[in-house]
Amino acid sequence: MSHPVRAAMAALAVIIGLMILVGSAQNTAFSQKAVPVLSGRVVDLAGMINAADEADLTARLEEHEKITSNQIVVLTISSLHGEALEDYSLRVARGWALGQKEANNGVLFLVARNDRKMRIEVGYGLEGTLTDAISSFIIRQTVAPLFKQGLFNGGIVAGAGQIIDVLESDEAALEDWRQRSQTTSSGNDPEWPFYIFILLWLMIMFGGLLSNILVRIFGREISPGHYRWLGIDAGPNAPRSKSSGRSSGGGWSSGSSGGGFSGGGGSFGGGGSSGGW
Amino acid sequence: MFCLVFLAGCGVNNIPTFEENAKAKWSQVLNQYKRRSDLIPNLIETVKGFAAHEKDVLTAVVEARAKATSVQVSADMLTNGDAVKGFLENQGALGGALSRLLVTVERYPELKSSQNFLALQSQLEGTENRISVARRDYIEAVRLYNTELKTVPGRWWRSWLYAGNDPMATFDVAPEETATPKVNFDSN
Repeated sequence: MSHPVRAAMAALAVIIGLMILVGSAQNTAFSQKAVPVLSGRVVDLAGMINAADEADLTARLEEHEKITSNQIVVLTISSLHGEALEDYSLRVARGWALGQKEANNGVLFLVARNDRKMRIEVGYGLEGTLTDAISSFIIRQTVAPLFKQGLFNGGIVAGAGQIIDVLESDEAALEDWRQRSQTTSSGNDPEWPFYIFILLWLMIMFGGLLSNILVRIFGREISPGHYRWLGIDAGPNAPRSKSSGRSSGGGWSSGSSGGGFSGGGGSFGGGGSSGGW
Repeated sequence: MFCLVFLAGCGVNNIPTFEENAKAKWSQVLNQYKRRSDLIPNLIETVKGFAAHEKDVLTAVVEARAKATSVQVSADMLTNGDAVKGFLENQGALGGALSRLLVTVERYPELKSSQNFLALQSQLEGTENRISVARRDYIEAVRLYNTELKTVPGRWWRSWLYAGNDPMATFDVAPEETATPKVNFDSN
């Protein structure tokens, strides 16, 4: 091997090495505080709930999932270590992927003990029911007053209980909640999932058609009436083109945990409310 | 079939996939800005009930809202950096006007403690949070898309199949947007 080639290869190796280093440095800077393990429906890292109430709450949350398929998880931590409450909360909720994948119906009730802050993080699918105003109302009117008296146990149980209550209410009861939190009607709430649905639908419907047409235009004829282009076949008896087959697989179910409970793949967009005591 | 898997492995679909993803993320940004804009009439009405003589601050919000809603950037215009920048500047001005309004409100304890205002405030905070989440998601989606256009093999696919695909406009997350808006008590 001649010298210039060797030198070039050495330089390339150094550059790649540097890139990996920089990449890993960015990674560690980003994940300063790892997302905790989803050990159950109540993850009490700050030790704010007693064992009996924890078991009771877990059972209620499990029952709630059976009825509604909503996944509600309570998380207490001792400190945010300087991270913004909303950032941490979203990171955990997305990391755990709470809620079912199609319904995005997860809720995270986060309490940061030493920061004296809490947040109800609401998944996309529940934003219309457990609105910002209602979650703020629960925090302000129910949880914060109890926390102020040092009643953490009672505050968490009552707060989670009201979240369940709101999500299980019928239309009349929900209207009552809205009135109590003095919500002014927010009519545009259910619009955007609809648009995304339409967009997806169009992509699925016409994506196949488009690739079929493109194959006929650009492809070469492999037999009368049959065309092949970029490995996609088109023609009367051709297999259906699966241009997006590979990218659609996967999904992100969160890691399996001891209690047999894991997130269903729901997504979050920053809905919910924060508060303190 | 093998050919298909091989091609997919080469990322032939990456550019359109990432493009659609970035566009969907942008429509989410637009949605959240619209949501904020829809909250404002109620907010103005409520504040007026308690602090009608704070005309300057109220007018500033109304005007900023009118200006912000007059400019729209559809998902097809994302390659136009100036349009995106102008849109975001207008929205940023509206955000500034709103936070000045909330600072002013601090002087009216009755208004501040009214249930109606508290509900509106929580909706506004929630919307601001959604906006920053949507913006960050968009930035990340565009980063993926733009990187795909510039790096191999995306670069080759672009020159061969997707010559019309240009990089999309991105922007920085301003530091004040990553933090929850704080009320400055010294300003009174």
